[in-house]
Amino acid sequence: MLIPHPLLGLRDAQEFSYLGDASLLLRPDGMAENAAETFFPYVYLRENPAGLHRELWFHEQGDRSWLVVTRNTVTHEILGAELAGDVVARNRASRDGGDLA
Amino acid sequence: MRYSAFRVLQEALRGHKGWRPLWRDPEPQAAYDTVIVGGGGHGLATAYYLANTFKQSRIAVLEKGWLGSGNIGRNTTIIRSNYLLPGNEPFYEFSMKLWENLEQEFNFNAMVSQRGVVNLFHTDGQRDAYRRRGNAAILAGADAELLERDALRAMIPFLNFDNARFPVKGGLLQRRGGTARHDGVAWGYARGADRAGVDLIQNCEVTGFRIENGTVKGVETSRGFIGAKKVGVAVAGSTSRVMAQAGMGQLPIESHVLQAFVSEGLKPTIPGVITFGAGHFYISQSDKGGLVFGGDIDGYNSYAQRGNLPTVEDVAEGGMAVMPMIGRARLLRMWGGIMDMSMDGSPIIDRTPIDGLYLNSGWCYGGFKATPASGYAFAHLLATDRPHETAGAYRLDRFQRGTVIDEKGAGAQPNLH
Repeated sequence: MLIPHPLLGLRDAQEFSYLGDASLLLRPDGMAENAAETFFPYVYLRENPAGLHRELWFHEQGDRSWLVVTRNTVTHEILGAELAGDVVARNRASRDGGDLA
Repeated sequence: MRYSAFRVLQEALRGHKGWRPLWRDPEPQAAYDTVIVGGGGHGLATAYYLANTFKQSRIAVLEKGWLGSGNIGRNTTIIRSNYLLPGNEPFYEFSMKLWENLEQEFNFNAMVSQRGVVNLFHTDGQRDAYRRRGNAAILAGADAELLERDALRAMIPFLNFDNARFPVKGGLLQRRGGTARHDGVAWGYARGADRAGVDLIQNCEVTGFRIENGTVKGVETSRGFIGAKKVGVAVAGSTSRVMAQAGMGQLPIESHVLQAFVSEGLKPTIPGVITFGAGHFYISQSDKGGLVFGGDIDGYNSYAQRGNLPTVEDVAEGGMAVMPMIGRARLLRMWGGIMDMSMDGSPIIDRTPIDGLYLNSGWCYGGFKATPASGYAFAHLLATDRPHETAGAYRLDRFQRGTVIDEKGAGAQPNLH
């Protein structure tokens, strides 16, 4: 698989390590009253879709950036990648709108 | 159907026209007491024990393809019970005891071969860890022997003992471990279930659940609605897809692809099952002579029943590191299967928040060895509404309660288990 790195162009997926669903960017507030309830689904529950999946890849053997890659889990086709930092910034900007990562 | 050497000879002379199908191909009835979703190893074993051991009736198994078309038909056939944690080890030892009596139980040749499983260790720390694991196994009634280098060399002389990076210092041996004929297991359970009156319904995909007031009433399928008092789901890599239809799309499960490989047929050379402790590589030799081996999952979510080449290279490197003699064997076939990787690497056999809906899942890539006990424990749960004594830890809510069973200590990251 080749991942279209937004800064470095097409890179072999072997240069990356895989973390999982990009919903991990939406970390709940650990100091909130209901932290135990919100952290359970955050840590353990996954959508696990057959089809398009937004997921975190770390460019470990490269520029060490985190990417959010959109990939089809049925065909392994990669449809796009963006810097995770950009996704987080966008989430912050529209947090009240409830936009997902 | 009876098998004998005489029968084989007789059929050979008659052009093999006398063999009959081993099970019926029934039309689905309007309703059953128990519907098992998934006609793989675990689903068929569940139906078998439900009908034969727990004396339940009006049971159907719904399979979207053909019986045994999933992971039971595409694994590396290893059976063993050398786990560490108290939540796991008694269950897998129970499974091993069922394996040992399986062929007598369902009167079908599953080719259970207790040729031994040896896990190699390469450092002093790993020896200690394996010694601990062996002791845990012995405490649970299983067998384990720690072999030092010389004893191991006498048994398996062809290993690369003096590999500069991963010298082989010994191995943890379970003599009762070994291999079984994976398809034979599915067929034996299927025939036994069919004879006990279970309807095995193939080409029947579940497309939805009918749930009223929090109680399951039946399943919608590609062959119409089928009513059921209880529905048990045992669909491995498709767990999230199927359970999403019941409104339980968020589960502690990720689907990943695992590849396995078979070489060309060779003369007998590998005595049992050998696993490499420094990398991830496990190998045995089938009775036809092919080397059957595998390694890690590819490491990313996948529903494609095929993997990618970097993992092939990694598995080949593992094999070359531990036994360079296989380097000139040619690869005959490779394939991929979809694993239901759970968040702690251990399975789930439990009720769900929906009354009458039961889940059997999270087998990661160790589901084959668990087939008999998984079926038995799931049948026990479906028949009595209580977990089997060896499967009490496999609760769906253990993640929320913080009582995970994490053999590897890898945390909530399925691609590390």
